[in-house]
Amino acid sequence: MNSGTSNLSALSQPILEFRNVNVHYGAIHALKGVSLKVETGKIVTLVGANGAGKSTTLRAISGLLKPSSGDVLFRGQSIAGQRTDRIVALGISQAPEGRGIFANMTVAENLELGAYLRKDKEEIENDRAHVFELFPRVKERLWQSAGTLSGGEQQMLAIGRALMARPSLLLLDEPSLGLAPQIIERIFEIIVKVNRSGTTVLLVEQNALLAMEIAHYALVLETGKVVAEGPSVELSRSPEIRKAYLGED
Amino acid sequence: MTEFLQHIINGLGLGAIYALIALGYTMVFGILQLINFAHGDVYMLGAFIGYYAGRYLGLANVPGLGSLGAALALAMLGAAVAGYLIERFAYRPLRKSPRINVLITAVGVSLLLEFGGQIIFGADPKFFPTLYVPGEPFMIGTLQMNRLQLLVLAISLVLMTGLRTIIFKTKTGRAMRAVSFNHDNAALMGIPVDRIISVTFMLGSALAGAAGILVGLTYPKIDPLMGVMFGLKAFVAAVVGGIGNVTGAVIGALLMGVAESLVIAYWASTYRDALAFGILILILLFKPAGLLGTHRQEKV
Ligand SMILES: Nc1ncnc2c1ncn2[C@@H]1O[C@H](COP(=O)(O)OP(=O)(O)O)[C@@H](O)[C@H]1O
Ligand SMILES: [Mg+2]
Repeated sequence: MNSGTSNLSALSQPILEFRNVNVHYGAIHALKGVSLKVETGKIVTLVGANGAGKSTTLRAISGLLKPSSGDVLFRGQSIAGQRTDRIVALGISQAPEGRGIFANMTVAENLELGAYLRKDKEEIENDRAHVFELFPRVKERLWQSAGTLSGGEQQMLAIGRALMARPSLLLLDEPSLGLAPQIIERIFEIIVKVNRSGTTVLLVEQNALLAMEIAHYALVLETGKVVAEGPSVELSRSPEIRKAYLGED
Repeated sequence: MTEFLQHIINGLGLGAIYALIALGYTMVFGILQLINFAHGDVYMLGAFIGYYAGRYLGLANVPGLGSLGAALALAMLGAAVAGYLIERFAYRPLRKSPRINVLITAVGVSLLLEFGGQIIFGADPKFFPTLYVPGEPFMIGTLQMNRLQLLVLAISLVLMTGLRTIIFKTKTGRAMRAVSFNHDNAALMGIPVDRIISVTFMLGSALAGAAGILVGLTYPKIDPLMGVMFGLKAFVAAVVGGIGNVTGAVIGALLMGVAESLVIAYWASTYRDALAFGILILILLFKPAGLLGTHRQEKV
C-alpha cells in the first residue's frame, strides 16, 4: 500500500468499527448483526433499555467475549477474539459496569493496576497527578481500602484507573448508575474534559437524555440491534426517539 | 511445663511444614475456586527429587547447608514445573467447564501422580538421604533445642516471608490478588490472566516441593503415597484458616501442627489424624468460613 492513500484513509478512518457483529451467550443471541463506527476524538454514546446488549458490546470490544461472527476493528485492524490484555495494550481501556473496583486493595493499588502494562515510571506519576486533578476525592482516599469508598468515589476511581493506562479509546459502562444527580453531573463534566484532551469516548448509558447532552453521536440499541443513530442533537430532537427512549409521551 | 513447651515447639515445626503446603491449596483456591487435589502429590514429588538429588548427584556425600540448599532449589524448581504442567494441561483446558468436571480431573491427576510414582519410584518406602547433619541439641534454660528442627522452622519462615513479599509487595503479587478478586476485571487492567494463574501454581508448588525436602529431613521415610494424608491435613489447615486467605492458611497449619503434637504426646498417636478432622468439623461448625475467611458471593 502506498503511504499517501493510507494517510488519507487514516484521516477518515474510525477508531473503532463493528461489522455485522453477532454475539451469543450459549443459546441467547445478545448482539444481532451490529454495525457501528466510533469516530476518532468524539464522544459516542450507546443508549438503550436494560438488556439491550450495551454491556455485551463493550465486552466484545475488550475481548471478554468473542463474537460468533462479524468483525471488530480498532484503527482498521481486526481485534475480534484477541486476548483482553493485548487489546488493553493497543489503547482500549474500560471502566466496566458496576465499576469493577478491587475492593481488597487500596485506592493507590487500584490506580497502579490501571497502569499495569506501562513501564514509563515518570509519565505514570504525571498521569496519576492528572487523575488527582480531575478527581481530588481519589487523592484524599489514596491509602484507604477501595471497598470503603462511596459509590460516586468508586466510579471516579474506576474512570481514573482506566485513564492510568493512557488509552486512546475509553469505554465507560453506565457511569451514572446508582449515583446522585450532582455526582453524575460532576462525572459527566469530567468525561467531557477527558475527551477534550484527546481521548475518544464510547459511553454506554441507560440515562439516554443525559448521555446525549454530552455526546457528539448516539446509537440506540434495542434487543441486540441498532435501531437508530445520528448526531445526538438531531437524535434527541426526533419525536419518535423522545417518545420511545427518553420517556416522553 | 518444660515438656509442654517442648511439644509446642515440635508442633510449630510440623505446623510450619503444613503451612508451606497449605499456602498452595489456599492460593490456587483463591485464584480459581479449585481444590487442587494433586497438590499433596506435588509435595511428594519434591521429596523424591530431594531423594534422587541426594543419591545420584552426590549431595548426600557432602552433607551441609550447601547440599541442603541445592536439594531445596532442585525440589522447588521441579515442583514448580510440575505445578505449571498440571495447570496448563489438566486444568486450563477446562477453564470454562462446570466446576465438577475440574474437580474430577483434579482427583484424576492426583491418582496419576500417586500410581505413576509407584511405578517409577517403586512402591516401597525409601530412606531419605542425609543432606544435613545437625549438631548436638543445645539448651535454652531447661528447653532442649533441636538444631534440625530450628533449621526447618527457619527455612519455612524464610520461604513464607518470601511468598508474602511477592504477594503484597510486587507487581506480580498485585496482579495475583487482582485475578483472585475477579478474572475479567483483572484482564481489563491488561493483566495476562492465564500467565498469572501459572505463576500462582508455580509458587504454590515450589513451596510444596520445599516441604517435601523438609519432611525428608525430619521424618526420613518417603513413599509415593506420602502426600495423601499429609496433603489432606494441610488442606484441612487451609480450610480451618479460611480457604483463600494466605495468613489464615499459616495460622491454621500452625494450629494443626501444635494440636497434633499435643495429641501424640498426651493421648495416643493413633488419634492424630482423627484430630485433624475433628478440628475441621468443630471450627466449621462455629465459623463456617474458617478463622480468617470471608464468605464471598459464589460466582455463577
Ligand atoms: N453472562 C450472560 N449469560 C447469559 N446471558 C447474558 C449474560 N450477560 C448478558 N446476557 C443477556 O444478554 C442480553 C444483553 O445483556 P447486556 O449486554 O448485559 O445488556 P445491557 O448492558 O444493555 O443491559 C440480555 O438479554 C442478557 O440477559
Ligand atoms: Mg449493562
